[in-house]
Amino acid sequence: MTTLTHEQFQALFDPRAILVAGASSHPGKFGFVTLHNILSQGYPGGVYATNRDGGTILGIETVTSVEELPADAPIDLVFVCTPAAANPDLLRACAARGVRAAFITSAGYGEAGEEGRRAEQDLIGLAESLGMLLAGPNGQGVVSTPSNLCAQIVAPYPPAGRIGVASQSGNFVSSFLNYAVQTGIGISRAVSAGNAAMVTVPDYLDFYASDDATRVGLAYVEGIADGRGFYDRVRTVTDRMPLVLLKGGATAGGQRAAASHTGALASDDRIFDGMCHQAGATRAATVEEAFEAAATFATQPLPKGPNVAVMTTAGGWGVVTADAITAHRDLTLAPMPDDLLADIDTKLPPRWSRNNPIDLAGGETRDTIPEVMAMVAGHDAIDAVVYLGLGIQSNQARLMRNGRFYPGDGLERIVDYHERQDARFAQAAAEISDATGKPILTATELAIAFPDNAGPRAVRESGRLCYASSNRAVTALGHLYRYARFRERRGLAD
Amino acid sequence: MPTLSEAESKTLVATYGIPVPDERIVPDAAAAAAAASAIGFPVVLKLNGDAIAHKTERGLVRLNLADAAAVEQAGTELLSKATAADGPVSLLVAPMLRGNRELIAGLHHDEQFGSTVMLGIGGILAEAIGDVAFRLVPLTRIDAEELVDDLRTQTLLGEFRGEPAVDRAALVDVITGLADLAIARPDVRSVDLNPLIVVDGSPIAVDALVEVSE
Repeated sequence: MTTLTHEQFQALFDPRAILVAGASSHPGKFGFVTLHNILSQGYPGGVYATNRDGGTILGIETVTSVEELPADAPIDLVFVCTPAAANPDLLRACAARGVRAAFITSAGYGEAGEEGRRAEQDLIGLAESLGMLLAGPNGQGVVSTPSNLCAQIVAPYPPAGRIGVASQSGNFVSSFLNYAVQTGIGISRAVSAGNAAMVTVPDYLDFYASDDATRVGLAYVEGIADGRGFYDRVRTVTDRMPLVLLKGGATAGGQRAAASHTGALASDDRIFDGMCHQAGATRAATVEEAFEAAATFATQPLPKGPNVAVMTTAGGWGVVTADAITAHRDLTLAPMPDDLLADIDTKLPPRWSRNNPIDLAGGETRDTIPEVMAMVAGHDAIDAVVYLGLGIQSNQARLMRNGRFYPGDGLERIVDYHERQDARFAQAAAEISDATGKPILTATELAIAFPDNAGPRAVRESGRLCYASSNRAVTALGHLYRYARFRERRGLAD
Repeated sequence: MPTLSEAESKTLVATYGIPVPDERIVPDAAAAAAAASAIGFPVVLKLNGDAIAHKTERGLVRLNLADAAAVEQAGTELLSKATAADGPVSLLVAPMLRGNRELIAGLHHDEQFGSTVMLGIGGILAEAIGDVAFRLVPLTRIDAEELVDDLRTQTLLGEFRGEPAVDRAALVDVITGLADLAIARPDVRSVDLNPLIVVDGSPIAVDALVEVSE
């Protein structure tokens, strides 16, 4: 096995300068798209390019060989779009001038039959002898927001954040980045492992676990050739950070598809499941569940216990959320202690639910929601809060603002008031969560129906995820609690 | 792959702290009747031998024998069912243990993950219920406790039809015992404890089958 160093990963994710090998003047080709994406997303370092015929592409004066590049250019990373046959000489020339990492997007390797597998083995051997990290081949690229780096052959470039993505399938990198754009919960690093010839998904996760920019790992895996080795690596990752896994091939049908995709074998899915529990990895059933679990780890504190309180401004939502918490294997609908009931009595008229869910029953005045939320989250009997009902008034305000009576008849004033209040509630949820060290998850379908609603918008601006339903919030919270319990039982530090 | 006889399998797993019934191996029907009287009635009688793996399917198990005469008759019949392929055979006399709940536990080798311990809900509906969970070897006691928690049918582990709750610590001992066995005996390819009957809350392996490498 190759020993990879932190410095090599830094060359990949935080290069001082980049060379795009095989830059193309054709806007449909990878060699053009990559150069475009690096240049257009604000990468501050030097960008160099080679092209067989030379010439200027996107304002970059290309050279026909590595030897023609300025000797003092601090190129750490070469992004390779050249045909497989050209790559050995390219790597030698790059290593000679100090390049320490290569991302190989070229195809024609392990995925392409016996000859390709041999070429891949030869390329790894060469990279090892040159002391170079080799990512890919046959990968989509690498994204690193601390360096404003978008070195990939596809969109999008995500907002900056704390989620580190590593995927055995490039498409899932794109999916997770698209969810980051949609929700505003950003990405630190993302990489498509391609054929993972030298650097595997666990290798990237191991780097993320010691990377200050990353707080949680998010990985897609398919077949795992060495399951035991995978377990051992994952266990050392979860010691240091939470890790969310999405696995393809959970069913016999999916396993056949995975075998033809990555060529790896599948074992009983229940063994993989048990391995995840034993390793403290969070296994998600779906793509959105995986992203939302990672987004929650990235933006909420871990709950210290299973007791969840539901705060709602409307009855039905609270009932369904109580069902979800009660049905959850690891969470508990918190019993309401008498002193907390008495405290809330001072803030609400007698018709409130006096139970969990805490149904405010329309009894709230200007300051009720932040005040009650602080009481609930501040109580020792409560480990986490799910907050429902944000944005209802701003949704009405939107109708008013867009209606023909606006701004007369007092509409301007009430619209402003509603939007100010919803923004304030969202901010309060984040502030009270910070102050108490407890997760407070806000859920409303307005997050996707009307993402510009003042409520969901303020949740995003507070750096938190606004969940599209309370069920999804409960699922994410359950993942956080399981991980917190895993750490606590094993005496791992907070 | 060669298997150990039921008696040898039980002796081996018992070394690792897995509870097995108080059983006797005897050469003939008369000795079986005497052993049954010593153990106390009712008893179970089985044909025992290294090459005998599927006793129930072959009708080589007699349950609930109430007196010495019944044991002697059953013993004679079982011995007459032995075939040349069975090799040397004997009779196994065991107390008739009763419990409404059956679990299964085992040790298996997975191509990708290596040695794994399995725990599941047993009994005639086991396959339909499909409630089993795994851990990799080696494992910690905490891992073993969480394996018990992983079973979906938790109500079966609580108080059930007048029987006390399952002794979870004893169940965890079975799991850690299997893991210890796997580490100490790399030649053991698999262990099946089926069923693991819950008697007054305590799991007991009333059948065990150990496979070893050639």
